[in-house]
Amino acid sequence: MDGRTGRDEPDAGRGTPAVVVDVDGLDRMIRGLARAGYRVVGPVARDGAVVLDDVDGVADLPAGVGDEQDAGRYRLTGVAGGALFAHTVGPHSARRFLSPPRRTLWSAARDGDGFTVDGPAADDPPVALVGVRGCDLAAIAVQDRVRQRSPHPDPACASARARAFVVAVDCARPASTCFCTSTGTGPAAGPGHDLALTELTDAHGHRFVVRVGSDRGAAALAGVPWRPATAADLDAAARVVGDAAGRITRRLDPARARDVLAAAPEHPHWDDVARRCLSCANCTLVCPTCFCTAVEDVTDLAGGHASRVERWDSCFTLDHSYLHGGAVRGSTRSRYRQWLTHKLSTWWDQFGETGCVGCGRCIAWCPAGIDLVAEVAAIAGAPGESGP
Amino acid sequence: MSTATRRPTLAVWKFASCDGCQLTLLDCEDELLAIADAVEVAYFLEATRATVEGPYDLSLVEGSVTTPADAERIRSVRAASRRLVTIGACATAGGIQALRNFADVEEYLGIVYATPSYIETLSTSTPIAAHVPVDFELRGCPIDRGQLLEVVNAFLNGRAPEIRAHSVCVECKARGNVCVTVAHGTACLGPITHAGCGALCPSYHRGCYGCFGPSESADPRALGDELRRRGTDDVDLVRMLRTFNAAADAFRAESTRLERAPR
Repeated sequence: MDGRTGRDEPDAGRGTPAVVVDVDGLDRMIRGLARAGYRVVGPVARDGAVVLDDVDGVADLPAGVGDEQDAGRYRLTGVAGGALFAHTVGPHSARRFLSPPRRTLWSAARDGDGFTVDGPAADDPPVALVGVRGCDLAAIAVQDRVRQRSPHPDPACASARARAFVVAVDCARPASTCFCTSTGTGPAAGPGHDLALTELTDAHGHRFVVRVGSDRGAAALAGVPWRPATAADLDAAARVVGDAAGRITRRLDPARARDVLAAAPEHPHWDDVARRCLSCANCTLVCPTCFCTAVEDVTDLAGGHASRVERWDSCFTLDHSYLHGGAVRGSTRSRYRQWLTHKLSTWWDQFGETGCVGCGRCIAWCPAGIDLVAEVAAIAGAPGESGP
Repeated sequence: MSTATRRPTLAVWKFASCDGCQLTLLDCEDELLAIADAVEVAYFLEATRATVEGPYDLSLVEGSVTTPADAERIRSVRAASRRLVTIGACATAGGIQALRNFADVEEYLGIVYATPSYIETLSTSTPIAAHVPVDFELRGCPIDRGQLLEVVNAFLNGRAPEIRAHSVCVECKARGNVCVTVAHGTACLGPITHAGCGALCPSYHRGCYGCFGPSESADPRALGDELRRRGTDDVDLVRMLRTFNAAADAFRAESTRLERAPR
C-alpha cells in the first residue's frame, strides 16, 4: 500500500478515521478471522446465484459477478472491474447462520423408569459474516429485538449472535427489487457492524475504505496493512453510496403501509393476491426478519431415545395455525394477509417498528412474482410506483 | 413369550405397483435389525415366503386397485389390520397406471392383448382410501426411506408421524438450494408438491416432478399461470401434472381443465 502503512490496530469506535486496505489486506483479514477461530461465511457464486457459504479468502468471493433481479426473477451478470461485492443480496441471509434451519434443542434417554436429559451440543464455532449489507445488518438487529422481547430467549441463538463478527459492506449496485432507502436501512451499512467496507474500483486502484465499528473490528485489522483514508478516498466512497441510493426507484412508506394494512382486513385485493399466491412459503423463508420455528420430537425405533428438534416454519403452512380441530388460517388469502399484515403493520404493534428492511428478497424469490410493494400500493388504492 | 412383551406384527401388501416402495423397507439396511427387533414381520412376500396368519397390528399397503379381485382383497386386508398405512403414489393416488382414468381402457386392451377377453380389469386405477378407511397415507414415488421409518417409529411409540404436507419449497430453502425457477427459469412443481423427498431434484438443478403429489394447499392453476408466463405451454403443463400422481384431486382437476380449455 502507498502512504503510511499501519500494522497496529486503528482505534475503534464511531468517529474513528476510516482506513484503507487493498484486496490483499481483505484477504489477510479473512484469513485472520479464521485463525482467530471464526467460521468465516461470505458471498459465493454458486448454482446461478450469490449465496452465503464458507470462504477461505478473497479468491472465494464472486469477483466481477453482479445480479439482475425482478419480481420472481434472479440472474447473475458479469460486471466489469472485478469488484468483489458488485452483487446485492441473494436468497440467503445472516438468519441462516444465526438461527439455522434445523437444530437439536435437547435430547433424552430412557433410564430405568425415568429419563435423563442432555442439553444441546456444545456451541458451534462463532461465525464471521463477510459482506453483510445495510438491509441485512438492520435485519440482524430486528431479530435481536424479537428475541429480546421473548420471556424465554433462546440461549443458543443469543450466544451465536453475541459471538458473531460482522463485516458489513455498502451496496454499490442495488437491484430493481431493493427499497432500503424507504426503510432507512441502506444502501450504506448502518450501525451494528464490527467493520464496514466501501469497495472502490476507480483509477486509484481496487481498495476498500474501512470504518471500524467495534474493538473487535479494530483487533481484526491488527495483522492487516492499512493506511488512513484520504479526503479523496472518502469522497469516492460517498459517491458510491450516493449513486447507489440514486438508482433505487422502488418506494414503500413503512408508516403509511402500517396504517393502510391495519385498515384493510377485508379489502378485495386480498382475493386478487390469493389467486396468484402459491402458499409455497418462499417469501417467509428468504425474509431475513421472519423468525417462526416449529419443534418436532424424534424417537428411535426402540423408544429409548428422543430428541426435540427446532426447524424453520412459515405462516404459509397449514400446521402453523393448527389448533385442535384444524388450521385457523385455512385459505391462501388468510395466510398471505397474515404475512403481509404482520410484516408491515402489526409488527409495529408487537415490536415498535416495521418488520421489513427493504431487501426485496420476497419479491425476487417469489416463484409467482408477487411484489409486496405493488400489493400494498394496490390496497392503498394507488398505482404501484414500481410495481406492475 | 408373554403377551405383554409380544412384538407388534407387521404385514406388507402389494396391489398394482412396481414393488419399489416395499423395497424401500428392505433398503433400510442400517435400521433393518432394529425393525426386526421391534416388530414381527408376519407377512412380507418380497422378503420371505414364510407367513404368519393375521390379524396384523400394522399393515403397509403398496399399490392401487385396478381389478375387481383387488377391490375385494383390500377389504380382507383392512379387516385383518389394526392399523393400515398406505405407502407410495400408487396406493395414495392411483399411481402412473391411473393414466387409464383419462383414457378408454377397452381401447387399450384391444391394442395391447392378443385376447382381450382374458383380461379382467377395472376402467380406473384408484387409491386404497377410495375403497377402505386408511389410518395414514405416506406419499412418494417412491416413498422416502426416512419417512417410512418415521411412520413405523411413530406407530411403535404411539405418536403421530412427523410428516409435513407443506411444499417442497420449504425443503429447498432449508437445504439452501437456489430456486431453479427464479434463478434458472426451470419449470418446477415444487410450489404445489407435498414435501418428503428433501427437495431431491431441485438439489440437482432439476425442476420438481411432483412425485409426492399435491401439497396441502396446492394451487396448480396459479402455478400454471406463472409457468405459462415463463414459457411452458399447456400441453407440457398437462404432461407435468400427469405422472405418478395424475389422479390426485388437485393435479387431476387442473390437467382436465387445461385439456378442455380452448387453445
